[in-house]
Parts: sequence; structure tokens; C-alpha cells
Amino acid sequence: MSLWEYANPTRFMRTSGVLLPWLWGLTGLSLVVGLVWGFFLTPEAENFGSTVKIIYVHVPSALMAINAWLMMLVASLIWLVRRHHVSALAARAAAPIGLTMTLIALVTGAIWGEPMWGTYWAWDPRLTSFLILFLFYLGYMALWEAIENPDAAADLTSVLCMVGSVFALLSRYAVNFWNQGLHQGATMSLDKEENIANVYWLPLVITMVGFGLLFVTLVLVRTRTEIRARRIKALIARERMV
Amino acid sequence: MIALLLRDLTLAIRAGGGFGLALTFFLIVVVLVPFGVGPDSTILSAIAPGILWVGALLACLLSLDRIFALDHEDGSLDLLATAPIPLEGVVAMKAAAHWVTTGLPLTLAAPGLGMLLSLEPAAFRWLVLSLALGTPALSMIGAFGAALTVGLKRGGLLLSLLVLPLYVPTLIFGAETVARGADGMATATPLMMLAAITLAAVALLPFAAAAAIRINLR
Amino acid sequence: MRRVMEMVVENLACARGGVPVLEGVSFGLRGGQALMLRGPNGIGKTTLLRTLAGLQPALEGRISVPPEAMAYAAHADGLKATLSVAENLAFWARIFGQRDVDTALTDFNLGDLAQRQAQNLSAGQKRRLGLARLLVTGRPIWVLDEPTVSLDVASVALFGQAVQRHLEGGGAALIATHIDLGFEADELDVTPFRAVPREIDSFDEAFA
Repeated sequence: MSLWEYANPTRFMRTSGVLLPWLWGLTGLSLVVGLVWGFFLTPEAENFGSTVKIIYVHVPSALMAINAWLMMLVASLIWLVRRHHVSALAARAAAPIGLTMTLIALVTGAIWGEPMWGTYWAWDPRLTSFLILFLFYLGYMALWEAIENPDAAADLTSVLCMVGSVFALLSRYAVNFWNQGLHQGATMSLDKEENIANVYWLPLVITMVGFGLLFVTLVLVRTRTEIRARRIKALIARERMV
Repeated sequence: MIALLLRDLTLAIRAGGGFGLALTFFLIVVVLVPFGVGPDSTILSAIAPGILWVGALLACLLSLDRIFALDHEDGSLDLLATAPIPLEGVVAMKAAAHWVTTGLPLTLAAPGLGMLLSLEPAAFRWLVLSLALGTPALSMIGAFGAALTVGLKRGGLLLSLLVLPLYVPTLIFGAETVARGADGMATATPLMMLAAITLAAVALLPFAAAAAIRINLR
Repeated sequence: MRRVMEMVVENLACARGGVPVLEGVSFGLRGGQALMLRGPNGIGKTTLLRTLAGLQPALEGRISVPPEAMAYAAHADGLKATLSVAENLAFWARIFGQRDVDTALTDFNLGDLAQRQAQNLSAGQKRRLGLARLLVTGRPIWVLDEPTVSLDVASVALFGQAVQRHLEGGGAALIATHIDLGFEADELDVTPFRAVPREIDSFDEAFA
């Protein structure tokens, strides 16, 4: 029994069909618990006020924005090496979710930034990196849409994903270099555990798990849709040939 | 492979505008900026490094889609793919021809345009050096983007979208080199990063671009 | 100069745009032999030739051919409008590591046009130039897709002679064409190899 057996489309459809109701349930549960706890049951921070509570959306979405790209990179590599179609379609399915997560992270960051730093946008390294990531997602999705032959599209987007990953890392470094020390206030990031008091920590972990589950669930749903769309295409192509 | 480089250069000269297109665009950008931000030479001098690099980058972007599109249309790309020279070499030569027709003239013209923007005198040599080191990376990355979109009817806009984020590191280190040179600070770090990007791009991207062309041809 | 060579194709299947068009194609080609591919439009002759030339992967089957033996020519001639006839040929000759372009010019009656720019040629003249390119590749197996499009009767005869000379020199040719080239050649009708659409009753089979 090998993990690769799930790369078989029929098998994938069956297994994911069984898993999905449970995943939806777990996602809903952890998101409701985490967000309600975070929004209503944590004390207001002395120097932040209630605005701090946006971290329960901001931090998990930022986390998933990056993880979605990593997942796409792994899926692309699996497609290039082992030619499992499900893998290529999963990478395609993950891109719009990653894009949305990036957008949520950027927007919640802007909303939070206004009361904290007095500005919606600053060319802070972290913010800039996310903007670049947003562009990468856009380009990746546009390339998928532009190419008609599904296998060629999968190949080309995989190549783009690999090259893009290298350049994304490079951009992260370049951006740090470019704006170091100019915007100290902006580096008040909350991703270091010691920066955040314990009362806020536990609900944050729960929302992170919730966003992670939400991502997995949505990827499965979208991959199923992509597989069905491919089957429809194959059926239509066959109709034409008969 | 040299034959391919020479042919592309001959074509660029005969077609007319091969060399001029990028240069003219660069000139237009640089001339338009003072009209937009005003004639104050302190402001112009402060933004000159960035404007010059952004202008060079946009001028480079303008001609990217022609790297492979023309050869794809007339069937040369099919024939080159079945020729004895490796497709990676074809990509590298095409990128080299693109650089000679855009990056090189831009580098040579940059000091003149730098004067128009009141660039600090100390920064001129860093401008030329950074462009000379950085524009090959722009051509090579652009060739990769062009390879990805070679089969597409309206690939131009998509190509720009794909290449734009890939250009960010080169732009940052390039403009930073000039800005630091203008302020009399040490330029070694950004310059070395720029050289590293160019070397890595020239060494590795031909393989990715050739793979993309093979996929697009089938 | 010619190596003893042979091309063997076994049980080949190829696809266009992800949809299988031909399957079970098998044939052999020896030096001195010409094989005409026949079949109605859209059957997949171009796809087959592109697969043989290595421009796209085969779905299944085996193509055995000596390395660097094939010269491929399709509908597009790969000519540059602003280069002269001689320059166009010389470029391809150099790419294939050859020097001599004069024979090719003479054989296709292009000698008088050598200095003319390709953009000032007629469609038939361009075609002749595209075919003359085959001679400067120095490769023994020609894989040609509709080589006689836009050629007049005299030019077709010229082309037929060039192919015959190539065969006499030990070369081979695989030609997809609808017309008679004026010499004896074996024929291969690809119609029987048409891919049978498979039943798609599970998700697996939606993926070729």
C-alpha cells in the first residue's frame, strides 16, 4: 500500500469524497472556536486596544498564503517527476486559494496598520514581499488560464512555479536589503512566540489550525472540480471523434 | 551557435528599429519624468537612480515577446529544435542577441540620460557598471518568460505579468548600487548580488527556458 | 558520406492536443527507400511526422533511428524575410555544420535568385528555398510534411528529382503528400491506424 495510490484519480475521488464532510466539520469547529475565543473572550491589550484582535485573521491567512505556495511547489515537483495528474490539478486548485489568503493578509494588515502606524500601506519588507507573492500568484494563474492543452499548461506552470520560488526567496532577501532600518515600527511582527502573551496564543494556534484545515478542504473540493472538468472535456472530445 | 547570434543581429539591423526601439523608449521615459515631477534638480537627482533603472527595465520588457515569437511564426523554432545544436544553446544565443540590441545600447546611453536627470557625478560609473552587470539578467529572465508564452496568441501582457515579479531582485540591487554610489557609500554588496543574479540566470535559466519551449512546441 | 541506416517504427501512438489520433503505427524505412504517407485531412499525418521528428512525445511505441539522422520540413519554411536566399541557406548550413550551399541552389534552380531577399520571392520560390534547406542539412532521413504545397508542375518535377538523387545517394524519405511525385515509391495509408476512442467510464480514463 503506497501513498502514490491516492494519485489515481478514481481512488482520489472516492477517498476525498469520504473525507470531505469530516474536514468541513473540523474546519468549521476550529474556526468558530478559535475566532469566537479570540474575538470575544480575550482581554484587550493595554497599548493596542481591540484592534489587536485582527491577528486572528491576519496571522493565519499570512501563514497559509506562504504555505499554499509551498504546497504548489511540492505538487508541481510531483507532477514533473511522477506525472500524476491529480498532483498538477491540486497545484492549480491551490493557487486561487493562496491568492485569496494573500489578499486577506494584505487587507487585514492595512486595516490594522492604519490605527497602529497611522498608514494603510508602507513599503515595509514584509508587506512588500506579500505584494510580490500576490503578483506571483496572479502570473501563475494567468498562465494556467492562457494555455489550452492541459498537460502543456501543467508542465509550464510547474516550471514557472519552480523558477518563481527561487525568485520569490531572492525577492524576500532583496526587499529586506532594500528597506532595512527605514521602517523599524513595521517589524513589530507577531510571528515570534515570545512577542505575544499566553492568553492570545492558544486561540491563535486554534485559528491557525482552522485556516490550515480550511485550505486543505478547499483544495480537495477544487481538485475534485478540476478532475470532473477534465473528465467532461475528455467526454466531449470523445463525442467529437465518434 | 555563433551563426544564430549573427543572424539575429543581422535581422535586428535590417528590420530597422531593432536597436532604436528600446533606446527611444528609454529616452521617452526619462524625458517625461521631469515633466511629471517638476524641474527641481534636487528631487530629480534623488530619484534619478530609480528612474534610470525602471526606464531601462521597461525598455527591455518592450521587446521581450519578439525573442521567440517571430521564429515560432515562420517555423524556424521547429527547425532549430530538430537541429544539432542544443535548444539550451539556442535560448542562450537568443537572449544574448536581445541583450546586444537592448541592454548594451541602454547601458551606453544611460550616462547621457543620467545628466538630464541631474544624477550625482559620483554615480555615473556605478550606473554604467550596474546596468552592464544587470541587463544580461533582464534579457535572460525575459527569454525564460518569452519561452513560457511562445505559443500564445496574445502573450504580450501575460509575459509582462510573469516577468515583472522575476525582475524585482535585479531592479532592487541595480538601483541600490546607483543610489549608494550617488551617496558615496560602499556599493560592493548590491553590485555583487547583481553579478550573482546575472551569473545564476545565465547558467540556469537556459535549461528552464528550453524545457518550456519543448513543451510549447509539442 | 551516407551511413547505412534504417528507421524502424513499432506500435507508435500519438496525440494531438491531448487526444489520441493514431495508434499501432508500425513501419520500416531503409536507405534508398521513399515512403509516401497517405490519408485524408485531419487523420494525423502531421502529428505523426512531428512525433517522429522528436517535437512531441509518443504516447506509446518505439521509434528507432540513428541519432541526428533526420531532417524535418513542414508547412512553414523557417525563412527570414530580410535575409537573401543565399544567406538563409548559409545560416541553416552552418547550424547543421555544413558549408556548401551551391549544390542546393542549383538543384532547386535558385541560382539566379541567390542575392534576392526572401520577402521578394513568390510563394513557390519560397517553398523551393525551404526544400533546398534539406540539402544543406546533410542528413540522410528526410521527414517532409506536404512538401509540394504551392509548387508548380516544373518545381514538383525538380523536387522529385532532388528526392531521387537523395535516395540514390543512400538517403531515405518519409513524405506526407497527396500528389504523385513522378517516381516509384512505397505507400503507407495511415487511415487504418486511426485511434479508436476508448470508453470513458471512470475518472482514470479522462487522463491520457
